[in-house]
Amino acid sequence: MQYLEGRKYVVQAIFLAVALVFAARLFYIQVLDGSYKLAADRNTLQRIVQAPYRGLIYDRKGQLLVQNTPVYDLMVTPREVKQLDTLRFCELLQLPLEEVREGLQAARKFSRVKASPLVQNLSTPDLAAIQDNLIDFPGFSVKARMARSYNTHSMAHALGYVGSITPAFLEKPRYAKYQPGEFLGITGLESYYEDQLMGRRGVQYRMVNVRGIEKGAFRGGEFDTLSVAGQDLHLSLDSELQEYTEKLMAGKRGSVVALDPKTGEILVFVSAPMFDPATLSGKGMGNRYMELLRNPEQPLFNRPLMATYPPGSTFKLVNELVALQMGVVTPQTGFPCNWKLVRCTHRHDYPSDVGIAIRNSCNPYFYQVMRAAVMRGRSTNRFEDARLGLAEWRRQVMQFGLGEKLGVDMSQEKKGLIPSSDFYDKRNGYHRWNFRTVYSLSIGQGEIGITGLQMANIMATIANRGWYYTPHFVKQIGKGGPLPQYQQKHTVGVDPKHFEEIIPGMQGVVDGRGGTGGNASLLDVGISVAGKTGTVQNPHGDDHATFAAFAPAQDPKIAIVVFIENAGFGGSSAAPLASLVMEKYLRGKVAPWRHRWEEWLPGPADRFIVRRH
Amino acid sequence: MSTSPARYSRSIDWVTVLIYLLMVGVGWLNVYAASYSPDAPDNALSSLGFQELMAFNWFKQILWIGTAVVLIVVLVVIDSKAYDTFAFVLYGAMILLLIITPFIARPIAGSRSWLELGPVRLQPAEFAKFITALAVSRYMAGINLRQQNFRDQLVLAGLTLLPPLLIIAANETGQALVFGAFLLAYFREGMSPLILLILAAAGAILILALLVPKLWLVGAFTLVLVVVFAFNSKLWRHHLPLSLGVWAVVIGMVFGVDFFFNNVLQPHQRKRIEILINPSADPLGVGWNVTQSKIAIGSGGFAGKGFLQGTQTKFDFVPEQSTDFIFCTVGEEWGWAGTMVTIILFMTLLGRVVYVAERQKSVFGRTYGYCVASIIFFHFCVNIGMTIGLAPVVGIPLPFFSYGGSSLWSFTTLLFILLAIDAYRKQDLERY
Repeated sequence: MQYLEGRKYVVQAIFLAVALVFAARLFYIQVLDGSYKLAADRNTLQRIVQAPYRGLIYDRKGQLLVQNTPVYDLMVTPREVKQLDTLRFCELLQLPLEEVREGLQAARKFSRVKASPLVQNLSTPDLAAIQDNLIDFPGFSVKARMARSYNTHSMAHALGYVGSITPAFLEKPRYAKYQPGEFLGITGLESYYEDQLMGRRGVQYRMVNVRGIEKGAFRGGEFDTLSVAGQDLHLSLDSELQEYTEKLMAGKRGSVVALDPKTGEILVFVSAPMFDPATLSGKGMGNRYMELLRNPEQPLFNRPLMATYPPGSTFKLVNELVALQMGVVTPQTGFPCNWKLVRCTHRHDYPSDVGIAIRNSCNPYFYQVMRAAVMRGRSTNRFEDARLGLAEWRRQVMQFGLGEKLGVDMSQEKKGLIPSSDFYDKRNGYHRWNFRTVYSLSIGQGEIGITGLQMANIMATIANRGWYYTPHFVKQIGKGGPLPQYQQKHTVGVDPKHFEEIIPGMQGVVDGRGGTGGNASLLDVGISVAGKTGTVQNPHGDDHATFAAFAPAQDPKIAIVVFIENAGFGGSSAAPLASLVMEKYLRGKVAPWRHRWEEWLPGPADRFIVRRH
Repeated sequence: MSTSPARYSRSIDWVTVLIYLLMVGVGWLNVYAASYSPDAPDNALSSLGFQELMAFNWFKQILWIGTAVVLIVVLVVIDSKAYDTFAFVLYGAMILLLIITPFIARPIAGSRSWLELGPVRLQPAEFAKFITALAVSRYMAGINLRQQNFRDQLVLAGLTLLPPLLIIAANETGQALVFGAFLLAYFREGMSPLILLILAAAGAILILALLVPKLWLVGAFTLVLVVVFAFNSKLWRHHLPLSLGVWAVVIGMVFGVDFFFNNVLQPHQRKRIEILINPSADPLGVGWNVTQSKIAIGSGGFAGKGFLQGTQTKFDFVPEQSTDFIFCTVGEEWGWAGTMVTIILFMTLLGRVVYVAERQKSVFGRTYGYCVASIIFFHFCVNIGMTIGLAPVVGIPLPFFSYGGSSLWSFTTLLFILLAIDAYRKQDLERY
């Protein structure tokens, strides 16, 4: 039997072998492989994000426009709901039975033990109405959060709105840090200044058990951070002036943009038809959004930034300035009002100088000015000459901030279009177009497209005699100034003296004999206005009316562009509206005898007024 | 009891007792950690009454340990000759109990194997282990395994297989598998090593057949045979029929695996083996236990998260955390250092038990000692193996660590009967 004793070593070797395998395996999963630690954290750690207090928005004069007020979400924890008297519950909440049933179903699907919102955005009075009775319904609780509320009924397009983040937003790298269910600025300034307004989230790490129930702070809250409130925005918009302008634009379609030319600050920003900013906040916001979206008048369309129209006659000023700078005309150059080249607006004096031409908005005159600027004999081939000439002309015109985004602090801005030689080469064929093809540009018609904001910026540039600051809405972020790009002066490559050469003509438009913008004159209150009317041919219906101006002519404090769709001749509707706004801004009030303009401003035939709340 | 308590106590193997106490102590700490609720402040405990404390596993475990101590005293005070003498009587009684248990037990967790005596729940299968160990040791003492007496071997096999068959009938497959451990003891007593080798080979073939494409396996095995025969013409002449037979059996097994897997195993057993091969197959279903157990152990790192700091076990991610999956708490809170200490404790205990077994003069004592080592080893293998994904999930406890009266008492009895036999042997020596 002695030899069998050796088998004790075999048995012990088996024991040891298993122990060594276990030791190695444990060393691998415990020490070498880090993935189990991550998996453990994924199991138990829950980030609870505390939404920061969103920055407030003030107007130019420090009036509070947008603030945060508490709203309440009615939450339901399905597991705790006991014998729900659905009928009484619906009566209490004044909700249809179907909606409550669907909401409860969705909540159950989300989680039986975690609370999820059943009704969102209850106001304080809403809450007060149900709070006492809520005790009878176990499983329902109220969660407070902050939502936007508005002290103004205007400026909806500029302010934009705040909403809960959508899947499309979550995919964008800019919103990588956002979680589903969070709120953010969707449009307008709320969106552009999201980073500043948002502030910093507070994060709390909580431990949860296998059923997702909270089990206290992680490591005593060592990694938790407090939220930091967002920065306030101080707008350059003047809410009083804005409200006044919106009232004037009620029932019309179009846009009004007014700038402080010295700073590029936007004073008035109207996109008509308007709607109340409160429309896109609070209970039922989704339905109201759809209502706006489906509205044929497109109230959500941000016209001053997104609608690119041919600028009409107001563009003649740019045309003239470019030609003057090129030296192909002088202020004293006269051209005949030759109706064979292009039809003129009306019979008027012989345009023997630029002043008369501007005052009468003489189409043939500016046709010939542009021809002089483009057809400079760079080539004996007139097609090639037109190609080269247009390219040079375009380069000069684009320095006015046209054909490209100006870079306003709002993301919806469109570029507009200053057609290039390539554009016509592609459309008509190489050397198959000449000046006769493009002459419409000289009077701001044809392929050219300019936004209301760009037009206002041209006015500011002329008012400044050759330079501008990029237009912007926000003059102060928190305690700092505007964004750095709005503190940089841009010049347009035209000598200041050429501006002086055309401004008297623009004054003539308003104050001169037979000027097309006589309706905008403020001479009676001692203000000289320089302006230019425009009537944009509209193949789809009535012509659009525009008027662009600045005042006072010698020391401009406001530059304005009014654009009213389907309102016909610019001098009759757009000009008086612009003058009212300028007078209100410069004097703080409107002369009594001009109140009649407020009542009588023609718009399109079928009036539409967006519901206000 | 002809000797004084002092002399008797000197003859107890205190080394084993020390290891035992260490394991039970460490085990209790982990049961405490596993059943500790971070929500309940400690100072509230003092105000709780007995009934309320009984809701905590750690408190009940204190009671089980206390009664285990009483049990130990009884076990060593009994004249150890009684274990030898009454082995078959106990065995007979146990078989009877196993037979009637399914009829009188209430179903708990799918099996009718728990008897309820007032507040205490006992699992007869737990006690079947040491009683069977006693019986087979007793029988072994009367025969010689090497002499190839077929009848004796048949009786031994019958003694070993009867309890597990009854236990399987009560749907406790895990506890039944433990009886396979007796093979190690029989091996020490002279059983042919071929049986162990064949079983190991069969196991390897089964696992390979599940992991590797079957035709590859057959091809590789055939190739090995051909190569061996090509280089050894003697084999070719003498053992061709045998080799061909083995070849046929292996091929049959490879292709029989599917049949065994699909038709013999129950669905939940099949799943547990599938999970072993591919743990990510069903992470929220059957794979949940293994996945969460590995996460808990793996997240412990080298030094662990600290006593009571485990998150996975505390927050119920690991099921059965104070019983079958107690090793997760060790791994999570004490890290690799803790799991190593546990493994070293087991190795020390097993080594000591083998040492004690080897110094027995009687075949009965030695066989029983090896049975003790084998049973503890089997639990160690399967329990820790399943928590780290090396063995299928089989519901058997980790000796001395897992929460539970039945398991603690049965392992205590198993071990201390050996110590009692050992102490008696020493006294015998002293007497002569």
